[in-house]
Amino acid sequence: MANKILGILEQREGKLKKVSFEVLSVVADLAEKLNLESEALVVGNEIQNIDETLNYGVNKITHLKNENLSAYSSSGYTDIISEYAKELNAKYLVFANTALGKDLAPRISVRINGGCIVDCIHFEISNGEFIATRPVYAGKALVDVKFRSDINIITLRPNVFKPLKKDKSSSAIITVKDIQNVNLKTRTIEFKKSEGKLDVAEADIIVSGGRGLKGPENFYLVENLAEVLGGAVGASRAAVDAGWRPHNEQVGQTGKTVSPSLYIACGISGAIQHLAGMSSSKYIVAINKDKEAPIFNIADYGIVGDALEILPKLTDEIKQLKS
Amino acid sequence: MNIAVCVSHVPDTATRIVIGKDEKSIDQAGVTYIINPYDEFAVEEALKTKEKFGGEVIVISVGNDSSKETIRKALAMGADRGILLKDENPRDSFSIAKALADEIKIQNCELVFMGKQSVDYDNSITGQITSELLGYSCITIVVDLKIENNKIIAEREIEGGKEVVESELPAIITTQKGLNEPRYASLKGIMAAKKKVIEEKPALQTDNLTEVLLMKKPAPKNPGRILGTDSSAIPELVKLLHEEAKVI
Repeated sequence: MANKILGILEQREGKLKKVSFEVLSVVADLAEKLNLESEALVVGNEIQNIDETLNYGVNKITHLKNENLSAYSSSGYTDIISEYAKELNAKYLVFANTALGKDLAPRISVRINGGCIVDCIHFEISNGEFIATRPVYAGKALVDVKFRSDINIITLRPNVFKPLKKDKSSSAIITVKDIQNVNLKTRTIEFKKSEGKLDVAEADIIVSGGRGLKGPENFYLVENLAEVLGGAVGASRAAVDAGWRPHNEQVGQTGKTVSPSLYIACGISGAIQHLAGMSSSKYIVAINKDKEAPIFNIADYGIVGDALEILPKLTDEIKQLKS
Repeated sequence: MNIAVCVSHVPDTATRIVIGKDEKSIDQAGVTYIINPYDEFAVEEALKTKEKFGGEVIVISVGNDSSKETIRKALAMGADRGILLKDENPRDSFSIAKALADEIKIQNCELVFMGKQSVDYDNSITGQITSELLGYSCITIVVDLKIENNKIIAEREIEGGKEVVESELPAIITTQKGLNEPRYASLKGIMAAKKKVIEEKPALQTDNLTEVLLMKKPAPKNPGRILGTDSSAIPELVKLLHEEAKVI
């Protein structure tokens, strides 16, 4: 009987990522609603914070271990997880919609003959049928999608589902299994960390700058505010295309789609392709000289003013609050 | 070496999306379609690879007649010939990948480029599925690529940095902004493209594994508050973020 739901957790450099706890919570929640047995799987070498996985209502955690698996290998991870899911006879697989999850989920879907719905932001079970909601056109529209397959694979947009801690059950266990003979046909040979401390795709707070910053030399104002808030620096397409900021900071339809708790847009007018990428943020602050700028239509709070003048003062005010 | 580039025909990113009458797709009236922006990097990389190693660049697209415009655009940039796998019905990524894999096999392409995602459905899974169906390696979200003999070294953009990945041909590479600067089609290229062949054939029939039940607009955001027109509004903003929104 295929009555299992399997969450795939993600570690980087031996540490489980925050989004993995979101996966665990969704697995526990869906297991209850769909009357399935829950389990979670992590592939890697040493994992420092694996004990934390037992607090989210999933009582069986399996760690598949090999020293060659600490960094991602698409061939190795695909083989190992597909085999595990087949043996378990899992009906649902849940991944995070990260670079790794997006890379892996569709490959595994082919191996285990499953349908794949990515970047989900909401689920509903209606008349026993599982329906997922996901953004399309970078969030300009949403679609409700159902599976036509027997095995169902979903990926979760990060920062949308809350990681909910539960009381730890006494039966909760972690099993470690050593894996032999990893397929390393495609493997990571190096990780080049980017200069920014936090990536926009993972940040809970984002401070973004656009053309209103007037030039790359003024982006330190955005960086300072981001640092005080513990957030990441983002940029509009105009700022990236002008060569002021690297592409990995671009937010919008041809950059990253983000849903942080707080998004502060500085000197960004709000072209439709930018709004598409950030309008699902929980709170939006806009600072812009032009009071007609479209960004104000979706901002919770706005200040009509020059970002160059507002930013340093705002940074100071928040510093004071935090001290 | 035969090189395939898979392209999709998508609404311009500046399009205001209106939901169609079927409530499952967009209203196409007045929508301008373009080559998927990420596919332009794929076309450019295919042309650069051909310039280095020789071979033929074949553009493949799954869609209806209008997709020929996008194929033609890739031909104008310099690709050699096009193939339109015709289907009028909506397909999910899985059945698009099946049709592509089928044709890539027929064309005997060892190297395949496609955009890391198309900006309509934003799935970003077609490349990976196609590679599994073919048994090819696949490297996604690539911003730097080197191919020597059968070996590939690529950089892929991930959260917080770049992963340098080693793999081997045959392979599918999904392309990200930053990989290259796509060339503009010259007038000569546009004229030449008119004479290039676009072969049309029915796309391989296969079942979808997912089905769109409803397309809808996201709930509109309530209009926000303008707190002021100069820095005197800052204390109130900080207070609201701290006490009302509770995000700082």
